[in-house]
Amino acid sequence: MLVYALQVAFGLFSLALLMNIIRLIRGPSLPDRILTLDTIYINSLALLILLGIWHDTAFYFEAALLIAMLGFIGTIAAAKFLLRGDLIE
Amino acid sequence: MTELPVWADWVISFFIILGASFAFIGSLGLLRLPDFMARLHAPTKNTTLGVGGVIIGSILYFSTTDGLSLHELLIAVFLFLTAPISAHLLAKAGLHLELELSENTRDFRTKPEQYSDKDD
Amino acid sequence: MSKLVPAPWWSLFLLAFWLLLQNKVSVGATLLGLVLAIIIPLYTLRARDYRTTLHHPLLGVQYFFILLGDIIVSNFNIAAIILRPRKSIKPALIEFPLAISGSVPITILASTISLTPGTISAELGRDGRSILIHALNVDDPEATIQQIKQRYERRLKEIFQC
Repeated sequence: MLVYALQVAFGLFSLALLMNIIRLIRGPSLPDRILTLDTIYINSLALLILLGIWHDTAFYFEAALLIAMLGFIGTIAAAKFLLRGDLIE
Repeated sequence: MTELPVWADWVISFFIILGASFAFIGSLGLLRLPDFMARLHAPTKNTTLGVGGVIIGSILYFSTTDGLSLHELLIAVFLFLTAPISAHLLAKAGLHLELELSENTRDFRTKPEQYSDKDD
Repeated sequence: MSKLVPAPWWSLFLLAFWLLLQNKVSVGATLLGLVLAIIIPLYTLRARDYRTTLHHPLLGVQYFFILLGDIIVSNFNIAAIILRPRKSIKPALIEFPLAISGSVPITILASTISLTPGTISAELGRDGRSILIHALNVDDPEATIQQIKQRYERRLKEIFQC
């Protein structure tokens, strides 16, 4: 059962990433694109966790945690840049 | 993958499918909703909870196969703490850039200048 | 004691975080975690420019579980809104008058608003007395404000006594 569930989940997350990429290309504004990049980060870290279950290994955990942290910092930095036109005040 | 007890198999599958469906709906919302402020709702809520479901599945899987494993909780806690913050900053950026709102948005602000970021 | 451990909750959080990161509880990991949990607050305490005290920790736990339930409900709500035709949603910008003060309670309230059904906190007013909320689908803005006041703000006021 878990094998099929994982395959379905892989499919759903890949479709989600595909829709994100459409939104990334269509825009229309910069905040939209930043939001989409944030969503892409979160979806890919979920894919990494699923891959960890698939291969039965905990090694992907650190990578997923790092993606979560870097994704957050990146989103904040980009949003701050849009707000101020400057990163460090 | 190692063999699992039947109940664990079903419970883990349930959480993973639930999480994946939520993340899918979140991205669908990102694609479908009409304006930026509305689109902000979908990824912050649905995608975050979707990853939460996947993480619960992962915790259950590793806890049943090789001993208690809770470190995935760190990712979940981190995501739930940071999702509102990035949403807030992006909403601020959207207001600041005065992005177009969809035509059926109603504005109940009595003093819009209270919320503008301009320094004039 | 209070000189060595100036922020006990924070130290406890750091220790729990460290042990979760190790993913096992051993004597060595716990000792190193204890050392870190004492040193890091001492070193970074000066950077904390806010003071806050938790008056009712138990109510805080209750608040956490209410929030968890509401997050799940809110996800079904948003999912239903996303799957329905896009012309039929009624977004609105609402001003929410704040009755609480202090940076930590307001931050928690704003995060709560962002995580719960159909609302996102977009901006804090310049005077710090109101929050601008974007709601995805509302008929009656007054009802939304009352719901947030009754459900979350009242509890936060009780927890932090502000």
